Amino acid sequence: MNIHEYQAKELFKKFDIPIPQGRVAFSVDEAKEIAEELASMPVVVKAQIHAGGRGKGGGVKLAQSIPEVESVASEILGMTLVTHQTGPEGKLVRKVLVEEGLEIDKELYLGVVPDRATASIIFMASEAGGMDIEEVADSTPEKIIRQRVKPGDGLQGFQGRSLAFGLNLEPDLIKQFIPVVAKLYNLFMQYDCSLVEINPLIITKDKRLIALDAKINVDDNALYRHKEIQDFRDLDEEDPMEVEASKFNLNYIKLDGNIGNMVNGAGLAMATMDIIKLAGAEPANFLDVGGGASAEMVENGFRIILSDRNVKGVLINIFGGILRCDILAQGVVEAANKVGIGVPVVIRMEGTNVEEGRRILDESGLDLKVATDVWDAASKVAEIAKSA
Amino acid sequence: MSILVDENTRLLVQGITGKEGQFHTRQCVEYGTKVVAGVTPGKGGQEMDGIPVFNTVEQARQETGANAAMIFVPPGFAADAIMEAAAASIEVIVAITEGIPVLDMMKAYHAVKSSGSRLIGPNCPGIISPGRCKVGIMPGPIHLEGSVGVVSRSGTLTYEVVDQLTKNGVGQSTCIGIGGDPVIGTNFIDALELFEADPSTRGIVMVGEIGGSAEEDASEFIVGSVSKPVIGFVAGLTAPPGRRMGHAGAIISGSSGTAQAKIEAMEKAGITVVRNLGELGKTAVKVFDK
Repeated sequence: MNIHEYQAKELFKKFDIPIPQGRVAFSVDEAKEIAEELASMPVVVKAQIHAGGRGKGGGVKLAQSIPEVESVASEILGMTLVTHQTGPEGKLVRKVLVEEGLEIDKELYLGVVPDRATASIIFMASEAGGMDIEEVADSTPEKIIRQRVKPGDGLQGFQGRSLAFGLNLEPDLIKQFIPVVAKLYNLFMQYDCSLVEINPLIITKDKRLIALDAKINVDDNALYRHKEIQDFRDLDEEDPMEVEASKFNLNYIKLDGNIGNMVNGAGLAMATMDIIKLAGAEPANFLDVGGGASAEMVENGFRIILSDRNVKGVLINIFGGILRCDILAQGVVEAANKVGIGVPVVIRMEGTNVEEGRRILDESGLDLKVATDVWDAASKVAEIAKSA
Repeated sequence: MSILVDENTRLLVQGITGKEGQFHTRQCVEYGTKVVAGVTPGKGGQEMDGIPVFNTVEQARQETGANAAMIFVPPGFAADAIMEAAAASIEVIVAITEGIPVLDMMKAYHAVKSSGSRLIGPNCPGIISPGRCKVGIMPGPIHLEGSVGVVSRSGTLTYEVVDQLTKNGVGQSTCIGIGGDPVIGTNFIDALELFEADPSTRGIVMVGEIGGSAEEDASEFIVGSVSKPVIGFVAGLTAPPGRRMGHAGAIISGSSGTAQAKIEAMEKAGITVVRNLGELGKTAVKVFDK
């Protein structure tokens, strides 16, 4: 799960990781109030959305006076911010973080992520802060230094020192930096993070180390044990259809094409999207109904797919294992009766109880196109897309 | 022949008294797997279909000589269950459970490595040596005894692949689902190594998906260390970056983990990459029956 910068900074504060003074504002008046409290200029107003690249998109602005804070805040609040991570439709800004402006001497990068291959946690640090770290990694990989920590062993003192010396910090800043590394590790472990990133971690002109930005992602699988993080969930940042799907334990992601699809299993669902594309059409979604789907889940899945107005045809691809084909067929029939399916549907079923499933579909009187295999299914649905 | 599980496998099931545990234990027994014990803390002394249930894995192993474990314990307790099996020196541990927190799995991973046990999964369909032994949740009847090894990160996509192989007369020595999570016990390279060393396996099908660099690493390994023909497939060419596609491990972050990069790495390593999933079975006949 993604959280906002201001929420991440609340967690930083709790762990005593230095951040700029400031607070989140939901209105221009509130932004003005916070700026007055800060009682120093300049003030920075930062759009709070779940996407990076906010500065380039015009979502981060500096103000030199209270009236300017008002005008900047009213400009950003309510704007549709488009960045390289939002997609062309952008995201509506509903809140801003209002913070003291700091005089920057140097920008560093400090990030923590899990490493799959070694089942450990990697600290990454770089003197090339403030930039897209992916770019730094691609073009000048030698500028990133790393330390691996096995969760069983925990972070060792030498690892903080190695990062500090690797960043060529002055003695005074080393003393500030090492505790930040330790606190970041504690935060990462305590909240089951899948990413903690400070970019930039700045050194101010008066030689203070401060987390100017904060990005935290939390492992979805561990959310059950973090009520505090669950409360950070911002439904405004999520696609309404995806929120609806999650209520029924359906894994749905909206895409731009016009062929809806419903599949059991994530790998097969991706492969089905790929084969739709290969056959010449574009998938409208990813929808994994899971291994143990019920007729009710299938029905809801249908409803969600069809609520996307772009959908001109639907492909159902089920390999029955735990999910039996007869259960799927029942779900399809019930959905058709309740929801009313206004678009052509191609069904491809294989596996457990496939004969019974096909019989249910045959006897339903519904106009369904039954496919013999995946390619046949994809070709049939691509035909539909062409004539739509 | 086969790898890791066969007629000598003596299986214990952790979480045998739960709904899923019961259902899949029965399916495994029906397939012919020797299920010798179950473990559910607090239910020791009971029986499930005549299979004795124990409180601890250690006790179950001592009493029954179990050498493999299949885990259906809920996600919050599954890493603990894996470590319990490893501590009891169970040779092959198959974790079916989906949704284990990554940090829990990291600890379990290192515990298993230092114990000498082998972990398959988590979040996987399990492992099957057709005609001999099934330790997992895959539908048994789609498999055919034979000599092609299958290794995959997916569940139902593996069934699709196996079904096509079977329908084209290409039998399997062993099929392993290594799991869709970021941290897994047995990876592609481990499985490839085992298939390469298994005299009864003549070719390998490797099914990958977006996220991480396991397919790239495996491709590099194949160049120097695998002499048998390999067919590859990667799911997720149309997956958008930054979105988790169901599996916790299936996410393209930045420029890494894309299907395109994986396919290129595989082709560079001489793997026959199938782009149209519908043609996998036919391709297997061509590549393996040359």
